[in-house]
Amino acid sequence: MAEERTTLISRAEWRKPWVRIGVGGTQALLLVGLVVIGLGPILWLAKAAITPTNDTITHPMGFFEHGTAWSNLREAWVNVDVGRYFWNTIEIAIGSWFTQIVVATTGGYALSVLRPKYARFLTGLLLTTLFVPAVVLLVPLYIEVVRPPLIHHSFIDSYWAIWLPAGASAFNVVIVKRFFDNLPREIFEAARIDGAGPFRLFTKIVLPLSKPILGVVSVFAVLASWKDFLWPLLVLTDPNKQPLSVRLPTIQSQTELGVFLAAMFIACLVPIAGFLIFQRSFLRGSGLGGAIKG
Amino acid sequence: MNAVSEIEVEGVALGKDYRRARRTPRTWARSGGFSTLLFLLPMLFIFGAFSWYPIVRTVVMSLQHTNLVQPATWVGFANFSKVLHDPLLPIAVKNTGYFALLALIFGYPIPLISAVLMSEVRHARGWYSALAYLPVVIPPVVAVLLWKTFYDGGSVGVFNTIFGWVHLGPYPWLQSQRTAMPSLVLESTWANAGGTVIIYLAALTGVNSELYEAAAVDGAGVFRKVWHVTLPQLRGVLLVTMILQIIGTAQVFLEPYLFTSGGPANSTLTVLLLIFDYAFGNSLGGDYGSATALSLMLAVFLAIFSLVYLRATRSWSD
Repeated sequence: MAEERTTLISRAEWRKPWVRIGVGGTQALLLVGLVVIGLGPILWLAKAAITPTNDTITHPMGFFEHGTAWSNLREAWVNVDVGRYFWNTIEIAIGSWFTQIVVATTGGYALSVLRPKYARFLTGLLLTTLFVPAVVLLVPLYIEVVRPPLIHHSFIDSYWAIWLPAGASAFNVVIVKRFFDNLPREIFEAARIDGAGPFRLFTKIVLPLSKPILGVVSVFAVLASWKDFLWPLLVLTDPNKQPLSVRLPTIQSQTELGVFLAAMFIACLVPIAGFLIFQRSFLRGSGLGGAIKG
Repeated sequence: MNAVSEIEVEGVALGKDYRRARRTPRTWARSGGFSTLLFLLPMLFIFGAFSWYPIVRTVVMSLQHTNLVQPATWVGFANFSKVLHDPLLPIAVKNTGYFALLALIFGYPIPLISAVLMSEVRHARGWYSALAYLPVVIPPVVAVLLWKTFYDGGSVGVFNTIFGWVHLGPYPWLQSQRTAMPSLVLESTWANAGGTVIIYLAALTGVNSELYEAAAVDGAGVFRKVWHVTLPQLRGVLLVTMILQIIGTAQVFLEPYLFTSGGPANSTLTVLLLIFDYAFGNSLGGDYGSATALSLMLAVFLAIFSLVYLRATRSWSD
């Protein structure tokens, strides 16, 4: 991490003892704070997930005073049906991811590369939705799912009610469009001269070049779906179809604490593992979020 | 027809691009207009059905009485006046404002200070940002229910045990009208601060290093550089994160819904919880008109607030 760029604290300043101790000490404190505050609750959850319920209730900060209870995890997965809800969550996440990728890539491609005359107008319409608070959509979307126009068939308890609206993320389209905007135009021209039509240009050139941005959109699509609560709560009334996030409050009221905490721990596993594997995409995307919002 | 021929005449008269003057459906299709439309189709359908149409529907529904059995009837502004006369509305507005204010006090300075410190870390900076971001990936339902366990008001609750070590407490946390809201904000700050830290870190790499060099030449110490270089350089981002945080916290739902259901004694009832209660709280059928009326009022308020905010800070932000 030896950078030549001068930042807030210059090299000369780092050599001064009071800077070294003052700033270094604060940074060390910050690291300890981050471990305790950021990681602590999650570590506690991991510990409690395999601790007998009684121990967690009487000595929440104890450390396996009466041994472990791995049975919590098994009981949660099998008896409380967390296994089923887990797969429901994955099914919902995959479908939501798919619509988001399709809408963002095709829409971004059309607006950025093909650029019809009305592209500016459409981009404007997209950007306005960024400024509409999500709550405005809640009730009409719900009514639309219960009583869709033209189709006389309720989509309550169908995953389509989650998969399709998930695609309407203007943020996705905008970041993908911006990425396409920055691809070198000469490549497109060269491909066109070689006789590639808009479809070949899309599949053979644009998509392969956009892996980084597709990675960012993908991790956020899956994470957002995994985190979602209110919408699936409204449109999925059949417990057998609900994702983990919707089931957890009910599990809490019906199960002993140890098993419930084990279920919560299972619900965290995929996001945490995904974050550790795709950290770069996550942090990059978060920075991007700031750049676009700014 | 008239407009088309006019363009044609104008095009010929001014010697403009010949092709533009002769745009027919056939030339349109041949120049790729059709395949462009094909690519736009997923976006047009999804946004049309699940974003643009519902936005318009909100406005329509706020002027109607809708139940799912009979056709909707127009009621003018009756929904709005009903909502505005609801004795719970002032409570919800006050609580939401209180939540937003506390969230700014707790959650605004901490990410900034952390990010400035983190940007100067020489070794293992990745660990800092990973640890800061970790709570953001935890599903909010898990975060809230986990903290609900921590907030157990008994003397053997997690937080009360920790405070007991230094002979403090036990505190009632969620069970008292006074401490319930700050408890909600504390969890919400924990869950969201990491995202803001990453935004600031990205912005900090964009600070012009020459400014630091110039400040150093002028003999400025670390604190003066933070005050006179770092913060002014970040002001654009700082202003945006503040308004985004206000817009976000004005729509807080999950915390009051799962922690306290608005209690104790409506002390954590927020505007979104009220909207939810109007629409879905009654098992006999929702009052969708009132719900859309209130959500529309909230959206309009936030839009006006953002405009005023951007106007007021414009001279300061660039």
